[in-house]
Amino acid sequence: MASGFDSALGFTARRGPLALLVKTIVYGLLVIVFAGPLLALMIGAFTKVNDPTSLVSGGGFTLDNFTRAFDRGVLGYLANSFIVVGGGLLLQIAVSVSASYSLARKTFPLMKLVFLLVLSTMMLPEEVLAIPLSLVLSRVNLTGTLLGMIIPVGAWAFSILVMTEFMKEIPVELEEAARLDGAGDLRVFWSVVLPLCRPALGVVGIFGFTMIWDQYLLPLLVATDAQQFTLPLALRTLRSDEQVGIGVLLAAALLALLPSVLAFIAMQRQFMRGLTSGAVKG
Amino acid sequence: MSHTGSGAAATAVRPGRQAGRSAPPPDPAPRPRRRLDLTGALSPWLFLAPALTIFALFKFWPMAQAVAMSLHEVRPYLGDRWVGLDNYTQVLTDEDFLSAIGHTAVLAVGQTGGSILLGMALALLLEGSAKHLWVVRTAVFLPTVVAMAVVAEVWRILYYPAPDGTVNTVLGWLGMGPSQFLNSQDSSLLSVMAVGIWRGAPYDMMIFLAGLAGVDRNLYEAAAVDGASVARRLWHVTFPALRPVFAILFTLAAIRGLRVFTEIFLLTNGGPNGATEVMMTLIYKLGLERGELGVAAAGSMLLLAATVLLTLVVRLLRSRAERKVA
Repeated sequence: MASGFDSALGFTARRGPLALLVKTIVYGLLVIVFAGPLLALMIGAFTKVNDPTSLVSGGGFTLDNFTRAFDRGVLGYLANSFIVVGGGLLLQIAVSVSASYSLARKTFPLMKLVFLLVLSTMMLPEEVLAIPLSLVLSRVNLTGTLLGMIIPVGAWAFSILVMTEFMKEIPVELEEAARLDGAGDLRVFWSVVLPLCRPALGVVGIFGFTMIWDQYLLPLLVATDAQQFTLPLALRTLRSDEQVGIGVLLAAALLALLPSVLAFIAMQRQFMRGLTSGAVKG
Repeated sequence: MSHTGSGAAATAVRPGRQAGRSAPPPDPAPRPRRRLDLTGALSPWLFLAPALTIFALFKFWPMAQAVAMSLHEVRPYLGDRWVGLDNYTQVLTDEDFLSAIGHTAVLAVGQTGGSILLGMALALLLEGSAKHLWVVRTAVFLPTVVAMAVVAEVWRILYYPAPDGTVNTVLGWLGMGPSQFLNSQDSSLLSVMAVGIWRGAPYDMMIFLAGLAGVDRNLYEAAAVDGASVARRLWHVTFPALRPVFAILFTLAAIRGLRVFTEIFLLTNGGPNGATEVMMTLIYKLGLERGELGVAAAGSMLLLAATVLLTLVVRLLRSRAERKVA
């Protein structure tokens, strides 16, 4: 009886050929609707398409789209994307781990205020601050540089909060023992707290990766010419380029899609944990 | 847990304060310590410095600038001129802005409602521990992971407005006429909204699934023993348990809807004929293409006020609801 309520609908527990048929149809439809377009994109990137009406038009297998995309400088855009996401992620992890160490393991005056400031940045999305942000970026000479897309994503309240929650759970005894051995803050941080944070680093890493890879407005504000475009930005240029067929666009889109999908599939467990820890704890 | 954690960490910083605790082991070998140690009042601030610097530069400074700009007529090289609330009145009386505010509201409401409803349905259908469910969930979740720029390009192709466009072909099977989708004033906003729901619903589904996992299975069984139908079970057991999840999702999704930029910028760029112009695309155009920085800043401030207000209202409602339950 208890197994009958694996789920709220009791849907999965029902057996029999009819239930199986209904389930297969429902799941099939869901997969087609949600994953289908992306799957079609992947197939389209490897077929001879030049028909704007559809992602796949049944031409044979070819790598032509990719070679032509590389001729259009797609590898350069991809390299920019990797530099931005690599640099941004490293910076973000370092910054949030360091900030969380203070917020989780110490008490100091104005701590509540700092916490509030960190939280409040979640209410200041860069979209809303886009105009003044672009002025600030040029004031600090970051316009036209990849660094301008890296540094602003270096501090992200979500990462700091997830990390802080996690660090609070590390037993005090470990830290006290290290301190009795004469370890200072840096040593406790580096040799005691940080190694224990590995699971949380996974969460922060995967979310930071997806967040930075998805950045659009910030690179748009920073880039002054196509030299600094990240791959997502370049898609728009490729699309409006008359000489570029739809196949080239699909090849570039596939390259822009693959890293985040692969990262997600590889780190799915951490992703789910982060999703709920970030959202449900509010 | 959190209190013991931070409290003890603080006492550990200053060993002198440990007097009250049970038998602090004396430090037998005084050695030259703290060479590399950043102990003291400064230490927490050093660890916080990178984060606070970045936030100050790229969040709070622009924020202050936005407030200042919204009250000035920004004139590069000539010096800004104080205009008080003129920019705000201009935003609130300008026809383009008013219709952009309208579109933003429609989009935010539609996307929020649509993704919550669809996300709920998905979560109910895909709840469970079976392996095949896990596979389907992963497939369904993909749109949320893929960068918006890619999603936009895919949907531009799917929405191709000729009768042999992909979505139009599917509509044809269902006996519905070809639609112009992004190209027509009547359907463009709805088409953008559908993309938003397509990408947002799986995210909501995951949060709902987390909420559903917390519902006491015994309650389902008790309800079934009492002869309650599936609908009644959902209504009386599942939905009440999910109330906090709804509140969170509502806030998150509504804020997502209000600040929507990338999908509009890439799918329609506000067109056709302004039918999908939202606050953010208009602010972007005003500020960065037409150079009307003051008015753009005033628009941003109103948008910010709306998101903050929304967050606070939901927080308030939530805490009141929790108090009522308790």
